[in-house]
Parts: sequence; structure tokens; C-alpha cells
Amino acid sequence: MAAADSTDTLVSIQGVTKDFGGTLAVDGIDLEIRRGEYFSLLGGSGCGKTTLLRMLGGFETPTSGRIMIDGQDMADVPAYRRPVNMMFQSYALFPHMSVAQNVAFGLEQEKVVKSERDDRVAEALSMVQLGEYGRRKPHQLSGGQRQRVALARALVKRPKLLLLDEPLAALDRKLREKTQFELANIQVKVGITFIMVTHDQEEAMTLSDRLAVMNAGRIIQVGTPGDIYEFPANRMVGEFIGTINVFEGTADLADGSVHCPALPCPIVLEDKIAADPESQVAIGIRPEKMRIRKAGSAPSEAAPASNFLTGKVEDIAYLGDLSIFHVRLADGRIVQVSRTNTTRRRDEPLTWEDTVEVEWDPQAPVVLHQ
Amino acid sequence: MTDTAADRVADSPALSASRGRLIGILIPTAWLLLFFAIPFLFVIKISLSEAAYSVPPVSDFLIWQDGWPVLQATWANFALILDDPLYLQALLGSLRIAAISTLLTLLIGYPMAYAIARAEPGMRTPLLLLVILPFWTSFLIRVYAWSTLLQDQGMINSALMWLGVIDDPMRMLNTEFAVQLGIVYSYLPFMILPLYATLERLDGSLLEAAADLGARPATTFWRVTLPLSLPGVAAGCLLVFIPAAGEFVIPELLGGPDTLMIGKVMWQEFFNNRDWPVASALATILLLLLIVPILLLDRTQSRAEQG
Amino acid sequence: MRRGSFLTLCLWAGFAFLYLPIIVLIVYSFNASRLVAVWGGWSVKWYGELFRDPQVLGAASMSLQIAAISATVAVVIGGLAGYALSRFGRFRGRTGFSTMLTAPLVMPEVITGLSLLMLFIAMEGLVGWPAGRGMTTVIIAHITFAAAYVAVVVRSRVAGLDRALEEAAMDLGARPLTVLRRITLPMLMPGLLSGWLLAFTLSLDDLVIASFVTGPGATTLPMLIFSKVRLGVSPDINALATLIVAVVASGVLLSGWIMLRAERRHARQVRAAFRREGAMDGN
Repeated sequence: MAAADSTDTLVSIQGVTKDFGGTLAVDGIDLEIRRGEYFSLLGGSGCGKTTLLRMLGGFETPTSGRIMIDGQDMADVPAYRRPVNMMFQSYALFPHMSVAQNVAFGLEQEKVVKSERDDRVAEALSMVQLGEYGRRKPHQLSGGQRQRVALARALVKRPKLLLLDEPLAALDRKLREKTQFELANIQVKVGITFIMVTHDQEEAMTLSDRLAVMNAGRIIQVGTPGDIYEFPANRMVGEFIGTINVFEGTADLADGSVHCPALPCPIVLEDKIAADPESQVAIGIRPEKMRIRKAGSAPSEAAPASNFLTGKVEDIAYLGDLSIFHVRLADGRIVQVSRTNTTRRRDEPLTWEDTVEVEWDPQAPVVLHQ
Repeated sequence: MTDTAADRVADSPALSASRGRLIGILIPTAWLLLFFAIPFLFVIKISLSEAAYSVPPVSDFLIWQDGWPVLQATWANFALILDDPLYLQALLGSLRIAAISTLLTLLIGYPMAYAIARAEPGMRTPLLLLVILPFWTSFLIRVYAWSTLLQDQGMINSALMWLGVIDDPMRMLNTEFAVQLGIVYSYLPFMILPLYATLERLDGSLLEAAADLGARPATTFWRVTLPLSLPGVAAGCLLVFIPAAGEFVIPELLGGPDTLMIGKVMWQEFFNNRDWPVASALATILLLLLIVPILLLDRTQSRAEQG
Repeated sequence: MRRGSFLTLCLWAGFAFLYLPIIVLIVYSFNASRLVAVWGGWSVKWYGELFRDPQVLGAASMSLQIAAISATVAVVIGGLAGYALSRFGRFRGRTGFSTMLTAPLVMPEVITGLSLLMLFIAMEGLVGWPAGRGMTTVIIAHITFAAAYVAVVVRSRVAGLDRALEEAAMDLGARPLTVLRRITLPMLMPGLLSGWLLAFTLSLDDLVIASFVTGPGATTLPMLIFSKVRLGVSPDINALATLIVAVVASGVLLSGWIMLRAERRHARQVRAAFRREGAMDGN
């Protein structure tokens, strides 16, 4: 077994499919997750990410395929015997038990002796900074505190793998940002492999070592946050993670340029284009990788021969740290360009209806596969 | 925002809204006060009166002596009840039979309610309908059906004899067993419905969390499912126990002369002996015994609504 | 898996327990023999006897009238009470109000019946109404306990309704009575209907309370059945029971089937709508 040989791999998902009465929630997924990794499954609602997580936890049975955890086939292992714990989206704290009883519950099932149990419960609660709250009932806690109890309850069992189902979804924005860092720190401290399901791309980018983008039951791309942002495998990934301007055109393999009818000049890429000559390709450029200026304010008078466009400012979104400009091209399409607001300008040089020039470097564009 | 503030907002649109509110509360209140609460006062009054050969068969509670009203209250009826072992036996017997039957109903009803709550969502309504259906047909006739089944020549005895389990008919009709069977049978839906309501509302992720933390199905049941369904257990038990304690039809049709239940004794005092004061005194005692369970039931129900 | 089949077994054993007596009753209503122990062949003679018995027909018509009138009034009173409990939040005397609605559900019938009779006698002495006892007093008694059941049904129905719908109607300029007529009542209709049916069957079923508060000339069907049953086995009661079961079962099954069909259709439409939306997102 390849998976068992490689000590690096903790979870191996092999051709897993889940069929819910005719709808394929998960459609032939292969995935390997490494020991000690913080891995995220990212996708919109109904993409199958939660079903995949629940199959790892043992709450759903795969229709076909195999799940191996630490070299052991999980097919006949019920949820209560798996070396896996889950943090539920609703937290699923037992309402009739105190915080300490909730955390102790899993240890009782393992028949851990009382003295050790008490120590481990106290340790887990102090790790999530709830040492004083052991006697409270779940309904006496705030949302953030409940979330931490759920985390402590799952971690106290020292599982090989922790599953997190939208762990931050129920928190408000400020608390979510703070909790993100806490979660990352705890993961580093305990060294347990985390698999998180989320629909929030920012959360996935911030927390994960690697992530998988899912759509319609399949994995579209797996990689580090940097890989996925800078080299999206296709248009869907590019548009799901961050914002991307997409230009369709015809590739000219001779000089590696792409001719787009929407642009006044070709796009030149540093990367090689692996497409048939004269074939249609889509090129993506992130807004922050473009530069914007008022028309005619360029250092040199001559218009560049490539990687350049002109348009009219249609809309400006001022976000404080950045401003995002919606630039309308001659054919009516909108291109988004962002600019870091490095100075405290009172008099913004660019305003609505200004004619602007936008340019970018050959490293900026990326080829998007369909 | 506090509740009262929310109420004020809801009330503000128009004066007529609060007038509608007043009507909504006043009509039922007036009706229930007049025809449910106040009548108990008259029962208490009669229980303190003396029996008489008149129509109605009670002496006057208030007599006028030298222009002054004199209260003719007497504790004699209560003294009689507390003195006569027959009444005490009937009282204790009612409570015992009701308690045992309630426990049996719980033991039969809980697995049924749990099975329905765990069935496919589309199957739950039809299954519940099957539970309620007998309740909609005549109670009297269903109890009567059991009396024919339990007879010495009834179907159950015939079947047991045919199977060779027994040689002579077992006496089942006119026993306490028959009464308990009748109560379990008649009140089973009252146990299943509140149990189903709490079990169905039970958050499935709590059960998954228990399994995730290593609890086997049986442990999950004892540690999570059962404790969380206790409000339903309490409501179901009270819904069975309280009316069963005062049951008349079941002991009358299925019980024997030695199955003493307070409802039956009261009926006999009233209709056969025409002793209204003693019947009223028995009703008063039963009411006093049941007040606490009734208040408990009300509490569990309002708490269930808030929770 | 094993636990699942244990539960299923319990469920079907429970159903067998619930339905066995009813099935036996139906079968024996077609027994030609008068004796329960003896099967005398199939016959419908008890049905014929039933329909020729003027006492049975009279009591049945009396019971149906009482049930129809008391169910209708109980729906009004119980509906108001259930709505008040569910929607009016906290009001003075709420606890007492709620207890007065809970208590009739469980109060032993002998107590309710006796206390109402005492009230009626006292009222007759004080204000001269109700003069004597009969249909009117039975109707009043039935309204009282049936209203409590209706309140339970309506209360749970109201609790399931989105309050914002009524607020939206008010926001759009509807006066409270218009909101009641156009929004609240239509949405409560299923609850009120099942409340009415429940009150109707409860009234049709009551023996004990009616026995206390009735007077000469007002014999209800349960009272007649009871007097016959007390005398021993009477096969025409089996026939009567079968008729009652047939009417009730077909009524309940019909309404259940209609509800189930509506539910399924609704679920199908929701699914279809989501599929359409999903297809649009995919583009």
C-alpha cells in the first residue's frame, strides 16, 4: 500500500464517491493530506466539501472508494472508534452538561482514570483560555467561548486528525479575525493535522498550509494559498479566490503573445503557453498587478506595444487601504484595477469619467484553462 | 431589546390592536373561570354540607337564624373518608395503579416515539397518524373491545389454550392487570406525542458529536438522548398519570369488584348512593392530590415553548 | 443496524397492540352468533338491528348535534386562547390563564363532571338559568374541555407561523381586523380545522361528563353504549363501533393523505426552484 509506506501522508482519499439518491455529492475524489498539515476544503454551498468531511468523521459512508487514515482502511470503522475528532459547525455542545463535563465526555469513553481526566480537561480548557469556565453550562457562554469549548472538547482526546466544519462561520467579523490566529497558533502548538471546511476564501487563505478548491463534487485545484492565488488552474478558481480580469484571445506561439479583440495591443506573457497555435485561450490578470494612471501622464509619449489598455473610469470604490477602479473599455467591458493608497492625498488625481491608461508587466498575466 | 420593548412595538400600530388583544384574553378567561374554575368552589361547598333527603340531596349550606346568616359547614364527610379504609384503599389504589400504568406506558411508548423520530422524514407523519388514529375512535368502544378479548372465553384465552400454554382459562377480565392494560392502551398516544416532539427536535449533531468523541450507541443514548428527552418524558408521564388516577370507565368495564379506584367509588357514591357530599369530598381530595402534578405539567409545557 | 431493527420491532409490536382490539371488534361485528366465543358465520344482521333501533338513532343524532355545536364554539374560544398564549407575550395573569387551559386536558372527568353539575344547580337557584339539565348543559360542558384541546393545537400552529407576515401586512397599511381576516385566519385554517375535528370527536366520545350534567330526555350515544355494554355483550355495539371506526378512519386518512400530498408537492416545487437557480449559477 503506497499510502501506508509514505510516513508523510496521514489521510489518503482514493476515488471516493458519494451518491445521495441520484445526486453525486462527491464525485471520485483523490486526495492526500500530510501529517501535521492545516488543510482546507474550500468551495461554495453544495460543492460536496461537508460531505467529504463527514465521510472522514464516519458520519457518512462512501458509495465507492476508500478512505485511509494513518494507513488503516476506515471502511468498517464506526465514528466512535476513529482516531478522528470533529468540531461541528453548530459546536454541538451537550446542553445538559457543564463545560468541563463536555470536555471530559470523550475521555470517559476512553476510560481514562479520573485524576488524569481532570488534569487533561483543565489543560485543554486553559489552552483555550477558559480555565475559569468549567462549571458553566453552554448556554451561559458567548459564541466565541462556545467555539473554544468545542475546540477543547475535540482536542483533549489528542486525535490524529481534527475535522473542523466551518469553525468560524457563527462568529462576527472582528471575533473571526482574532480567532483565526488563535486557531492557527493552537494547531502549531498541538501539532495535530487539521482539515477545515469553509466557504470563506479569506479564511482558507489565512489559515491553511494547503487547500483544495471544490466544485460540483470534484476537486478543481490543490495547492498552497500562494499557488492557488497566483496560478489558478482555471477561470472558476481565479474568480472564486479574489478578483481576476479575464481576457479571451488567440495565442500566437511564435512570440508567445495573445491577441485579444477587446484590447488595443497584444498581451505578452513570461510563461510559456501550452496551447495549439491559433487556439483560443483565456488570460487572467489580478487587479493589483495592474498600474493605472491618467491618460497622457506617462513618462514616455509613445504608447506601449503590448500589455496596455485605455478606458474610462466608471466607478471608484475607496476601501481605505486600497482603491478599486472600474475601468470601462471601448467595447463596454469593465476591467478592475486596484491601487494601494500610499499617500494621504487630499486631491485624488483620478476621478469619474477620466480617461486612463492601464499597464502591467509580462509576469502578471496567467493562462486560465477552461 | 427586551421582551417588553418588543411587545410595545408590536402593540403600537393601533388602539384597536390592543382592544383585540383584550377580547382575545377576556373571552376565554371569562368562559374558563365560570365553567372550569368557579365550579370547584361549589364542589368544596357541597363537600362541607350534610346529606339530606331532598332535591338536591344536600342540606342548606347557609341558614338564616334571627336575621343572621349561619354557616352550616361540617367536616363530617372528610372524617368519614379518612375513617373508612375503603375510601383510603381506593385513593391509594388509584395512585398506585396510575403510577404503574404510567411507567408501563413510558416503557412501551418511548421506543415507539424514538423509532418514529428516527424514521425517514417522509414516513414520520404517516406513522404518527397511525398512533393517533385509534385515539380518534370511540374510547368507550375500545375499552369494551378489550373486555371481550380478555374474557374467559375471549380470544386471548382461546389462543393461549390452543397453543397449549395454559389448560384452563386464565382470569384476566375484572382484575387489576386488566385495568392497567386498559390504561396503557387508552393513554399510549398521550405518552408518544410529547416524547416524539422532544426526540424529533433533538439536534442530530449532538448524537454525532457523542459518537465522534468515542461513545458507543448505547452510551450515547444514556448520556445524551435520554437526558435531553426528559422534558418529554415528564410531560408524557403527567399527561397519563393525572387522568388515569381519576379514571372511571376503565375500572368499571375491566376491573373487578376488588379493583378500587377513586373515580369509580366517587361515581357510585354519586349515582348509586346519591351521597353528593361524600362524592364531593372525594372529588376535593383527588383534586388536592392532583394540583401539584397539574401545575408541574403546566410548567413543563411553558418551558418547552420557551426552550 | 441491530438497534434500528429493535426499534422497528417495538414500533410494529406497538401498532399491533393498538390495532388488535379494533380489528377483532370489526371482525366480530360480522359474526352471526350472539356469543363472542362462537363463530356463527358471516352476517350483517347486527347492522340491520342497529338501524332499526330508534334509541340508537335518537342518541346518535343527539350526540352529533351536541358535537357540532360544541366543536364550533370551542374553536372560537380555544382559538382565541391559543393565539393569546402564543402571541401576546407576557400579560398580567398569564400563568393562571395558561394553567386554566392546561388543567382541563388532564382533569379527571369525574371531577369536571361533578363540579359542572354543582355549578349548574347553583346557577339555576341563583339566576334561573340553565333551567333544568339537558342538551344545553352538555354542550357547555363539552365546549369547556374541548376548547382546551383546540388551544393546544392552535398554539402550536401559531408558534410555527412567521410573525413578520402579520407585521408586513400591517406595514403595508392593513388594519388589525384586515390582518386577522386576510393573513392570520387563512394561515391558521389547517390548525382550526384539525382543532374542530378534535373537539368534535372528543364531544362524540364523552361519557362521564355528559352523564353528570345531562338531564332526562338527553341521552347521548356514549351513554347508550355504556348502558348496553354494562348489561353484557351486545353484538350490535360491535356493528356500531365498526361504523364509527370506518367513518373516523376514512376521514383521518383522507385528510392525512391530502396533507401529505400537499407537503410532497411543496417539497418538489422547492427542489425544482433550487435546481433552476443552480442551473443559472452554473452559467
